[in-house]
Amino acid sequence: MGKLYDKLTQDVHLQEGLKACINCGTCTAICPAAEFYNYDPREITNTIQLRDDEKIEELLKSDTIWYCGECMSCKTRCPRENTPGQIIMALRALSQELGYFTESEKGRQQLYIKRTIGGWILNTGYCLYLEGVGTDGHPEQGPIWDWRQKHWSDVMARVGANYKGKGTGVLRKIPDEALKEIRDIFEATGANERFEKIEKHSAKKAKELGMKLDDKNNNEYIKHIFSVNNNHHNKK
Amino acid sequence: MNSEAKKTIWKNYQKEIADDNYFYLRSCVRQNFFPGAEPTFLRIMKEELQKDIYEDPGHTTCTGIGYHTDIVPFETTMTIVARQFALMTSHGYKNLVPSCITSFGLYSEVIDTWNHHPEILKRIRQNLKKATGREFEIPKNLAHSSDIIYKFRKEIAAKAKYKLINSNTGEPLKVVEHIGCHYSKMFPSKGVGGAEYPYVLVGMIESWGGELIDYPERRHCCGFGFRQYLVQANRGFTFACTKKKFESMEPYKPDMIITNCPGCPMFLDKGQYAISELEGKTYGQDGMGIPVFTFEEVAGLIMGYDPWDIGLQVHQISVEPLLNKMGINYDPEKKYLGINGKYLGKPVSPNVLKTCC
Repeated sequence: MGKLYDKLTQDVHLQEGLKACINCGTCTAICPAAEFYNYDPREITNTIQLRDDEKIEELLKSDTIWYCGECMSCKTRCPRENTPGQIIMALRALSQELGYFTESEKGRQQLYIKRTIGGWILNTGYCLYLEGVGTDGHPEQGPIWDWRQKHWSDVMARVGANYKGKGTGVLRKIPDEALKEIRDIFEATGANERFEKIEKHSAKKAKELGMKLDDKNNNEYIKHIFSVNNNHHNKK
Repeated sequence: MNSEAKKTIWKNYQKEIADDNYFYLRSCVRQNFFPGAEPTFLRIMKEELQKDIYEDPGHTTCTGIGYHTDIVPFETTMTIVARQFALMTSHGYKNLVPSCITSFGLYSEVIDTWNHHPEILKRIRQNLKKATGREFEIPKNLAHSSDIIYKFRKEIAAKAKYKLINSNTGEPLKVVEHIGCHYSKMFPSKGVGGAEYPYVLVGMIESWGGELIDYPERRHCCGFGFRQYLVQANRGFTFACTKKKFESMEPYKPDMIITNCPGCPMFLDKGQYAISELEGKTYGQDGMGIPVFTFEEVAGLIMGYDPWDIGLQVHQISVEPLLNKMGINYDPEKKYLGINGKYLGKPVSPNVLKTCC
């Protein structure tokens, strides 16, 4: 039994997501990612249940494990109660734990997600906090989003939000004592540790690639991981 | 199976929905993208249905998007969820009502995990106590906010000013519904109608006079895919999914789309704009889009609430064609006003997609 496989089995996502796969391929048939990417959840599930550490290490360093959209359509359909989407979650957790995520283009994107979503959670108490996030990085949001960004507080007030206000309501200011509790939970339960690992391994990779990376989000490495696509990911 | 049997098979997939005394948890996505939706829901709950629904100012994100982008470990997410439960417990409530489908799926997953692994539940109780001093009870009843509107759909219909009926022809409006993957794909028994026969929105459509369109890709993902949308390099996935849905529903000529999850309406609304810019294709009448709504907005519309009070001006796809079909009385001149009548100016028109003003 391999060491990487042993580590995976400690993750409750793997315990819940992998029973015995019969290789029927139903998950691949229903998977939106398998339709778009070079991605096959049946194959991944089988690789894990065969306990081949060499192949598991290859997966942990690959783009493959980052193609899943975690829609969990596979959970509904599997006739043997496997959930490839949960197996993916265990693989992604281990890839970050070991620093392997920086070995793939899609894996390296974790730093951008950590700094945006992770930053909003810790600083505001919301996982999205979108005033100032414009159509330069999100052109698909269209001209109505430009209008909203220009008049963010006015529109919020018009439709009954309590933007940055005290008390209850839409996008209220979450009290400092609540934010402190969130940060204390992050510290006590491993989220801060994961965040630090994502930062540490990303800094190492940026150095290796000769790219500038600082603690802001407009540096060369962040722009690179946010936008680069080698165009070898998609199903032909 | 004959079509009548298919229509009623959802009845085998029912869930218990509490009838009052709710503890409400907001959605990060809904608050940012559809800021008028939650105030509309609470107005219906309090003013129309006279229900007790409570919100604690100190509740936060459930971390759902962080969890499903894999930056937040499950241990952390379970403890944050436990904190939300602790707030509910501290105010004496037992019925939890999240506004977000990602949260609803996550709460279902966390409770399911604790049922399978009592040792994890014990550890999470210790985590929460150590980090915050709080203690919690698991909710007696977990229902998404749409489940509540579904439960009282007939009461709402009885008070409604408008119906989902074309006021010119008297025909039912043709409605596409989209429940969102995490409502019942993970835990079918937790959603009305399960994963195969989703009925939570269908019940609203039928009770309010509309006609359901059962199109081939009805259950396909909207395209969010968490990291697949958030990172620009991955967004081809998102709009390939969105396009697949629109190509599938197009032949049925829907009048409107009603959604359950807070993120899906954003993708179905903005996705039509993105597809129009990328490929020159539009899916509504006369070069316009198919109007997309949250379930709260549709409930507000049939109650006769002002469309601009409930926030329909933030949609990229113009809603006016649908308002006109329903015979809704509204003032188009007030669409782009802030509070106290302050004119905010009009958004720029898209290059391809037609908008009505």
